[in-house]
Amino acid sequence: MQRMLGMLRKFATGYGSRSASVLTMGPYTCKECSSLQTMEQSHTTVISNSLANGMSMHNNHFNGKIPPMPWFGMDIGGTLSKLVFFEPKDSITAQTEDETQLLSNVTKYLTKNSAYGKSGHRDAHQQMDNVQICNRIGTLHFIRFPTSEMNNFLDLSKKKGMAASVSTVCATGGGAFKFEDIFKNELNLKLCKCDELDSLIRGLLFTVASNNNECYFWSQCTEDEQCSTQEYTFQYNKYPFIVVNIGSGVSVLAVYGPNNYKRISGTSIGGGTFLGLCSLLTGCNTFDEAIELAANGDNVKVDKLVRDIYGGSYSRFGLPGELVASSFGHMNSKEKRAQVSREDLARATLVTITNNIASIARMCALNERIDRVCFVGNFLRVNPISMKLLSHAMDYWSNGSQKAIFLNHEGYFGAIGCLLSFDERFKE
Amino acid sequence: MEEKGNPNSIKLPDTLEVFRNLKNAKQFAIDIGGSLTKIAYYSTVSFRRVYYATDNLNKNDDKNKDDKNDKFVYTYSEQARLHFVKFETKYIENCLDFIGDNLVNSDERKGKSIKATGGGAYKYSKLIQDKLGLKVDKEDELTCLITGCNFLLKNISDEAFVYNRNGSPEYEFQTADPHVFPYMLVNIGSGVSILKVESDSCYERIGGTATGGGTFWGLGTLLTKAKSFDELLDLAEKGDHRKADMLVKDIYGGDYETLGMHSDLIASSFGKICPRQNAGTKGTVQSLFLRHEGYLGAIGAFLKGTEDCDGDKFSWLENYAGSGSNRTQLSFGKRVDQLELDRWESPLTFCPLLKDPSSYIPDTVDLNSDKEAREYWLNCFEESIENYVNYAIASQPASDTAEKRAAMFKEKFISRVQLLKIKPFAYGNLTVRGLLDTINQCLKEFDFPDPYLTQKQTENEYALTCLQERLEELDSLDLEERQKELIMGVLAGNTFDWGAKETVALMKTGEFDFKQARNRIPARPWLIDSLDQWVEKICNKPYKKIAIFIDNSGIDIVLGILPLAREMLRQGSRIILCANSAPALNDVTHSELVVLLRQIATICPIISKGLDEGKLKSMETAQGGPCLDLSRLERELANELITVDLIILEGMGRAVHTNIDAEFLCDCFKLAIIKNRWLAKRLGGDMFSVVCKYESVNVAN
Repeated sequence: MQRMLGMLRKFATGYGSRSASVLTMGPYTCKECSSLQTMEQSHTTVISNSLANGMSMHNNHFNGKIPPMPWFGMDIGGTLSKLVFFEPKDSITAQTEDETQLLSNVTKYLTKNSAYGKSGHRDAHQQMDNVQICNRIGTLHFIRFPTSEMNNFLDLSKKKGMAASVSTVCATGGGAFKFEDIFKNELNLKLCKCDELDSLIRGLLFTVASNNNECYFWSQCTEDEQCSTQEYTFQYNKYPFIVVNIGSGVSVLAVYGPNNYKRISGTSIGGGTFLGLCSLLTGCNTFDEAIELAANGDNVKVDKLVRDIYGGSYSRFGLPGELVASSFGHMNSKEKRAQVSREDLARATLVTITNNIASIARMCALNERIDRVCFVGNFLRVNPISMKLLSHAMDYWSNGSQKAIFLNHEGYFGAIGCLLSFDERFKE
Repeated sequence: MEEKGNPNSIKLPDTLEVFRNLKNAKQFAIDIGGSLTKIAYYSTVSFRRVYYATDNLNKNDDKNKDDKNDKFVYTYSEQARLHFVKFETKYIENCLDFIGDNLVNSDERKGKSIKATGGGAYKYSKLIQDKLGLKVDKEDELTCLITGCNFLLKNISDEAFVYNRNGSPEYEFQTADPHVFPYMLVNIGSGVSILKVESDSCYERIGGTATGGGTFWGLGTLLTKAKSFDELLDLAEKGDHRKADMLVKDIYGGDYETLGMHSDLIASSFGKICPRQNAGTKGTVQSLFLRHEGYLGAIGAFLKGTEDCDGDKFSWLENYAGSGSNRTQLSFGKRVDQLELDRWESPLTFCPLLKDPSSYIPDTVDLNSDKEAREYWLNCFEESIENYVNYAIASQPASDTAEKRAAMFKEKFISRVQLLKIKPFAYGNLTVRGLLDTINQCLKEFDFPDPYLTQKQTENEYALTCLQERLEELDSLDLEERQKELIMGVLAGNTFDWGAKETVALMKTGEFDFKQARNRIPARPWLIDSLDQWVEKICNKPYKKIAIFIDNSGIDIVLGILPLAREMLRQGSRIILCANSAPALNDVTHSELVVLLRQIATICPIISKGLDEGKLKSMETAQGGPCLDLSRLERELANELITVDLIILEGMGRAVHTNIDAEFLCDCFKLAIIKNRWLAKRLGGDMFSVVCKYESVNVAN
């Protein structure tokens, strides 16, 4: 019973010199699901195929039984690991005293703190109460830490003498593969691997159904000052809709039913590209820092606009003068380079990557003839700039027919879906 | 990289390889992009050509009709040519100065205008006006792009290609297709525009992204400190895996081992990708690139302001002699690339008898993918170039400069061969036809319009002296024997070919005559032998209208083809003899044929009657090489061909190097002697193997 606690405690005081950066799952797919998914020759698919190669994601380690508490769902993404913890609030007692004791200690530790060392964070504002999983009522807690801290996390857990009684944790994301052997060898912990996109959809549908005010949109996104969020009633039982998951990379899914979706597109230019490029260009270290820089910058100094080329708008083809014509288009000029700040570069990077994602999302929506597009993933965390841009792009280019929808638990759906994997209701 | 500071200090050399023929330049267009500027101008080039004094005698002068002394003279004729020059925008001032200084008559320019497109049209408008004294008319960029793309796809062979990164061949060129539309044009300039093009006038912008070439350049510059676009490209090309992997690791935490986005970036540096939905292969989308992607805007802008390019009146041909190769740039300290298109004074069209025009490929062997064939033919041409040089010099004994020009011709061609050995795809599909065309164009470029002129004359004269005897000999045979002998005669005649390396040696001895050639024809059965089917058919049911694509001068035409045509005339057929429009080796040209037929008419009354009654006529093909591309025929001839029920292709160039596999809607007879040991072996035969391929539409069905 000390194991988890010790692990978490050590983790909390330990090695996290880098604070949490963002980003949820990369664009992995799963072998078994591939028949459902539109495979295309994008780099992301190549990546995902190589990852999924020879591995089954549908192992059911629980054999239909509900595992002992504590219940965790883990999504180990390319950049960020997400941990969802279910704290039971009903009066049902555990079967064994060990279980009760462990659960109580874990709960106490996790819920009394909101930061675990420098790198672990609990997003208290995202906590979900009165959630029902496997006939238990309780609260979901959301914790994230950088995947780069995983080895320290494991090392410390091992040092703390993790024994064999909690034997299985549900995990998804690329890290579920990458760290599988380490988890097994070092901690004698089995990772029950869930398919990432299955988990994402499952988690998203569950959350939207459980949480009335989960969804929102940006109204009047054309006017920066008046732009604000508004609650959106998402008719989750109405299909189809599109999910754009922006993690390190980007996956675009078309969802036609609870167990019917396909991956229709994706791009390797995602949150990881933003942070990577931004780090190279500005020397920043974290996502939050990059976003902070971007918030204070101006991309117009970096990007070439339509008006920079045409002197105004390009009306023949309906392109307004303010539109970015060429991202970073000014930066081949020495003079222009001398005039830009780190903030401007960060902003331009953010705008470039966001616009690119918007463009892909828009094309996908158009191709599939679907007008509701949900943007999720930790790229959107603390990132109103991108959300407004996405909203604007969808609205502008579709003449208002396509709608960009955002969800409060932006990056956690994979972990939630993973946690739900043993709940009969969500069996496929 | 090397030019720091003031770009104005760069000097243009005296002997210019670029901005040629500026003196006669009549009309300009300019496409000023962020990085590259393209100038297009229309000009005329003076060429010496051989002119037959009798060419227009028929029309107005009866008394000379019987004049046997058909004299030729060299005359100068003007050929229209489009020039396109591409250079970095930072040198625009130099280039404008240069053009301004070299335009002869500035008065003529008064009140005239220059079409300008591209982002810089706005910015440099005043500069152009000041330097050239031309009014600047700005033209819409994307519209120009589409117009230019349509023009290239319709006019230039092998314009579009598929790039296979790890494929063999690396480049796959698309053959000419009568159906250009619809296609999607993805224009990767500073930004990216995606256009759907359904016809010349119907297109829309269906999407785009700001992440384009400008992003590559801007970001690349920020990240690598490279100074120019080319430098950046060089870096990217060198960086390849190492660099991509580093990026991938940066982004994905080392878990993703793959080529990342690097290849994408390289791809966009190619410029415009043109995925075209082919009408024949519905549902499949192919990514095509264009060889001259950089010139689309300039071509389009140029076309906006001119009547000189009307597709209904003219067609265009890439001048291989004057054009730089794909991505290989002529240089004089800075990179400049150019493209030249020669105007053909009438529209060209597909042969109406082709069974499937859209899948027609003239060439038998694709030297891009066939390495062994490529090596053989490149070496073969390299070795035999000396023959051309000698003939070129000998053809102009009165000229002081002939030797010098011939040396320049040789140098140019040899360097082209060297380039093609390294980059076989540099000028589109590499084929024997293309190489032969290149030789011809280079010869013309160095003012050797017709090196075999005297040779052809001498051989014609000699052959004419033997004609009477040959006709008598044929007439003594019975019908069936005669039909056989006529074909043997064509084959024997076709042995006399100054383009074939191995026969040249034989012919140079001077003791090789028709009879010897006749005896050299191998015993039957031949390599391809449908002589019996032919004889059976022709003895029983003559054709109504026959088109014969002829080959060599001298014995070939006089003793081989004409007796056959005579026989057919006697059977009541109408005959069209299809000859090259421009000289190539010792092939008969249309104007020579007109003269020759008149001479033969004095010997043979049947020919004479046929000519008088219009049952035998000579028409030009619009070809100027020893091969035959049936997708580019003179429209007048194409119209005549519609009613033809037999097409005869004669000679190695027209029936073996090209068209051996071509299928027709009417009966077809392909006749050739393979006068190249390597090619004969390749086809499973030996030297002087016979191709006698008669294909009847009725039998096939």
